[in-house]
Amino acid sequence: MLHSQFRAFSGDSLRSDRSASDRARHRHKVRQAIRENIGDIVAEEAIIGRSGDRMVKVPIRGIREYRFVYGKNQSGVGTGEGDTEVGQSVGEGEQSGAGKGQGGNEPGQDYYETEISLEELIDIMFEDLQLPDLERKKFRQVPSEHALQRKGFRRAGIRVHLDKKRTALQRIRRHVAQSSPHGAPETDTGQRFPFRKEDMIYRRLMPDTRPQSNAVVICMMDTSGSMDTTKKYLARSFFFLLYQFVRSRYAEVEIVFIAHHAAASEVTEDEFFHKGESGGTVISSAYQKCLEVINERYHPSLWNIYAFHCSDGDNFPGDNDKTVQAAEAICEVANLFGYGEIKPPGRGIFESSMLETFGRINADGFHALTIHGKDDIWPGLKAFLQKDRAALAAEAEHA
Amino acid sequence: MRSWDVDDLLAWDERIREKASEFGLDCFPQVFEICDEDQMLGYMAYHGMPAHYPHWSYGKSFEKLKTTYDHGVSGLPYEMVINSDDSVAYLMRNNSLCLQILTIAHVYGHNDFFKNNFTFRHTHPELTVANFKSRADRVRRYVEDPSIGIDKVEALLDAAHALSFNCRRNLGVRKIGEAEQRARAIDAARPRHDPYPDIHRAPELPAPDLRRVPLEPEEDILLFIRDHNPYLASWEQDLLTIVHEEAQYFIPQIETKIMNEGWASFWHHRIVNSLDLPEDLHMEFMVHHSQVVRPHPGSINPYYLGFKLWHDILRRCESPTPEERERYGGPCDGMATLFRIREADRDASFLRQFLHGRLMREMDMYEFAPEDDEYVVQRVADEHNWQHIRDTLVGSVGMAAFPVIRIDDADYDGARKLHLTHAYDGRELELGQAEKTLGYLHQLWGRGVVLDTTVHDKAATLTFDDGGFKPKLAA
Repeated sequence: MLHSQFRAFSGDSLRSDRSASDRARHRHKVRQAIRENIGDIVAEEAIIGRSGDRMVKVPIRGIREYRFVYGKNQSGVGTGEGDTEVGQSVGEGEQSGAGKGQGGNEPGQDYYETEISLEELIDIMFEDLQLPDLERKKFRQVPSEHALQRKGFRRAGIRVHLDKKRTALQRIRRHVAQSSPHGAPETDTGQRFPFRKEDMIYRRLMPDTRPQSNAVVICMMDTSGSMDTTKKYLARSFFFLLYQFVRSRYAEVEIVFIAHHAAASEVTEDEFFHKGESGGTVISSAYQKCLEVINERYHPSLWNIYAFHCSDGDNFPGDNDKTVQAAEAICEVANLFGYGEIKPPGRGIFESSMLETFGRINADGFHALTIHGKDDIWPGLKAFLQKDRAALAAEAEHA
Repeated sequence: MRSWDVDDLLAWDERIREKASEFGLDCFPQVFEICDEDQMLGYMAYHGMPAHYPHWSYGKSFEKLKTTYDHGVSGLPYEMVINSDDSVAYLMRNNSLCLQILTIAHVYGHNDFFKNNFTFRHTHPELTVANFKSRADRVRRYVEDPSIGIDKVEALLDAAHALSFNCRRNLGVRKIGEAEQRARAIDAARPRHDPYPDIHRAPELPAPDLRRVPLEPEEDILLFIRDHNPYLASWEQDLLTIVHEEAQYFIPQIETKIMNEGWASFWHHRIVNSLDLPEDLHMEFMVHHSQVVRPHPGSINPYYLGFKLWHDILRRCESPTPEERERYGGPCDGMATLFRIREADRDASFLRQFLHGRLMREMDMYEFAPEDDEYVVQRVADEHNWQHIRDTLVGSVGMAAFPVIRIDDADYDGARKLHLTHAYDGRELELGQAEKTLGYLHQLWGRGVVLDTTVHDKAATLTFDDGGFKPKLAA
């Protein structure tokens, strides 16, 4: 007779979640892989949305397990439904052959997809970026969100703040003070010496405030008619990433959105990212608006100012001088003024460019770059935000 | 819906065991553990082992299983059983009584197969659980050792995992040690006995190259590296051993997938049919059973193929057609034959002997090959082609799904490079994977590695050294 034994179900969560640490380790590797491939991922259109809790599919490489396996030239054996004929097609390239072992039946692509929340993705992306050249302008006191700091002691308070050591010391002091004037307190009298209310000492907690620089980021985007869908998409992707970066890093940084065509206006975040407009292009209008906003609300002596502008460079020619003047004015007040020219390949050649015009600007805080396609967005943004500009320049020279 | 409790299972299990003994199944003591989905997924990720060493790939495998399960892409197996003594099987808590009965009967089929099939002889089932536990403890110790740590352990395991199935595949054949290889080489160089030495010219006798390492091509890549790379620390050697031993444990299961699943299905079918189930349970059983052994169009369902084959063998024994009677002899004791086969064969030999044209036509088996991004049927199992199709199948089941790659020189170019040869059988290596795997091999060996293979029917040499991957393909 055969033998058997039954073990009843036990809802022991430890046993059921034995893979927790291996999952964490895998997760860690996924994050690493994402960081390495961030440029490709940012280029995927899917991430340009706005809600942070949305899950995005991210293709990642480098986490597969490899073996020596057979390639696609092998034939296989299958069973059919009774009417299979020679020459019939039975699948497209991913048909798994008969009896393949582990590893053999994975699809041939070099990556697989994982899901990750947008917030997490952005977190990973900006792990090592900072706003450059944050100057110590006049600080303002900003309460940080949930930090409390210990500051001294007090006689009244709630139980959890009781400082036991000091309270005990206080009681001993009182005991000594009350006992005979000639010596140590009599410990062996057998009499209790209880704590009293006046022994109690509590820690005093104050909201933690720390000085923070004032900073404002001014986003300016060309929404004129010459900005077609592709260009707008590229510009918006760029600003979207910039916006996400600023949001994730600097809770207190203020952001201003300016959209311009022939005229410029300050718009809301939603309008900035989602509304299309048309008309001619007068870049100086945006710069004037920008200066106006700075004068009104963000005085340069108090604020670190970062201005970014994206356009296709197709400016109204008569406006160029005015634009350069305004740009120089912005450079004077801003820590950094970035200009990104969107030039999708194949059409940029005959269109006018502002890069040459801007070549006349001779200011440290000015930085211009060209975005040809979505692959340039991430390097472009990184170049804007790179802390050590000099090192970057050296690197570019080296390359 | 839980229409049963453990007492029900105990009662049914007792009846099933009675039947199984009557039929002559010979099993290890069986332990059933009742678990929920998450525990089942957990066991699946670790091949059913109660203890297993940690590695991120198992976390990945868990996530994958869980995602596909949560999204309803794939279900969970009804059961999971591991080859050990006592055998351990996991039953899903949410399954209906009928499924539990089917599963319990199925488990005894596997258990009998594990205990009796020759490929499992070397696996020391009485030590399985303890061995896995000991390996887990050792790996954890290396991870926790401040001078080693998880990153180093992981890097080595990654590399070792990539090569774990590049090992000897027929464990029924004894491994020939170095001393014996040496003796054989010397023997082969000796002059043959010549009864007429006077009229024959004395043969030239080339001296055997006894300094060559390895003397004969070596298939156990991990073990070879462990024994011949002098720069490996003892913990690294131990990790290589661990990964190798674990692969060895799983090889018999890979080698007998079709037989084993077919055997278990054959027995759950037979046992449950003999139980006189109440009608409603029996109807449900029929539904589940046909789900399990249904054909998967476009590929091979091992349950289906195995089930068909065992039944066909039984039929051929007990009521052969006149033609079969003529060729193979008269009726014989079917059950005895089945038990003999389950002991002495593995998938390759099983299919080669018992898969025949008529059965293949019945299953509408065909052979396909890639043509421009599409798989196109090349042959169907008619009179002329069934043997060819069968041979293709035999060539891809079990360990034959992995390329044979042997080390033939550990001092290639006189520079301690490792030279390997892929035994090309018409199937090419996937070059992307080969590149990465060679990278791992290079990491373990510490010097350049060179692999001779065939790409597009021409000789090719893939090299991986400090400068990275260099494929040299014939033009």
